[in-house]
Amino acid sequence: MPRIVVDVMPKPEILDPQGKAIAGALPRLGLTGFTGVRQGKRFELSVDGDVTPEILEQARTAAATLLSNPVIEDVTRVEVISEA
Amino acid sequence: MSTPLIGDYSAAPENPALRAVRVGVITFPGTLDDRDAARAVRLAGGTAVELWHGDANLHDVDAVIIPGGFSYGDYLRAGAISRFAPLMEKVVDASKGGMPVLGICNGFQILTEAHLLPGSMIKNDHLKFMCRDQLLRVENTSTAWTSAYGQGSGMVIPLKNQDGQYVADEKTLDELEGEGRVVFRYDGFNPNGSRRGIAGISNAAGNVVGLMPHPEHAIEAGFGPGSSAYGDVALGGGTDGIGIFTSVLTSLVAGGK
Repeated sequence: MPRIVVDVMPKPEILDPQGKAIAGALPRLGLTGFTGVRQGKRFELSVDGDVTPEILEQARTAAATLLSNPVIEDVTRVEVISEA
Repeated sequence: MSTPLIGDYSAAPENPALRAVRVGVITFPGTLDDRDAARAVRLAGGTAVELWHGDANLHDVDAVIIPGGFSYGDYLRAGAISRFAPLMEKVVDASKGGMPVLGICNGFQILTEAHLLPGSMIKNDHLKFMCRDQLLRVENTSTAWTSAYGQGSGMVIPLKNQDGQYVADEKTLDELEGEGRVVFRYDGFNPNGSRRGIAGISNAAGNVVGLMPHPEHAIEAGFGPGSSAYGDVALGGGTDGIGIFTSVLTSLVAGGK
């Protein structure tokens, strides 16, 4: 079954409090190689059968209207992945 | 200072004109403060009408309150799924016709997701859920929901949220300031990192207002905050929030409702 993956990230200019908290915790594990963390969301939309252009367009619409809020987030990826 | 009667339901003198105003309070799955908002409407002298998010129409209400809580568990983003509830379409249409709409806390988040108000809410800058009695300033008294207050007057009402940090781009913030649409601002202490200390805003017409803290929890002596912007009060005696509800009733009566 193919799936459509949608990635959503907080806009670069929006402070990401969750990413900041994670960045603060990493050095406590001795992991000091990172200068910052930003936390986003990944959605997987399952499709029964082939991903037609219409279905891909629906996924893009879903990404822009429901899965992300354009005031605070960017859709960074809408991509079909097939099971190996 | 006398100790007020707890739950004195006859506090407001009966006024048939106010009682004829029907204020709808919408309940979504996960809404918490619908009962308190309805009680605030009744104590202010109006008639509260329970609305369910799946209702097909607004049941002839004259105004709508979208109360606080965690609609749909705040899944995805606070307010994001509620925006697509059947009744929200009717609220959006009615608001464009001038109907007063108030979103409190999660209701404010729903109004931004529905694009009735600009900007958005993200997690508090300190990442903690915060619950406290919060001092605000009323900066715009010309909206349907704030006419009972004096310009710049204070208000102490409870604040309780996790995603309360109001954000918008600089251009939007400048527009809100320039057009007097910052209706409420945190005073003395910014509890969540909101841009420019914004606690509540309105649309351009002034009929749609959203605010983060909870006026419906400061309406009844004995059950309110322990402080007030109007001087010392008895334990739980803060009722600074009731003016929000009397404002909309008197605005609607004055407007020929």
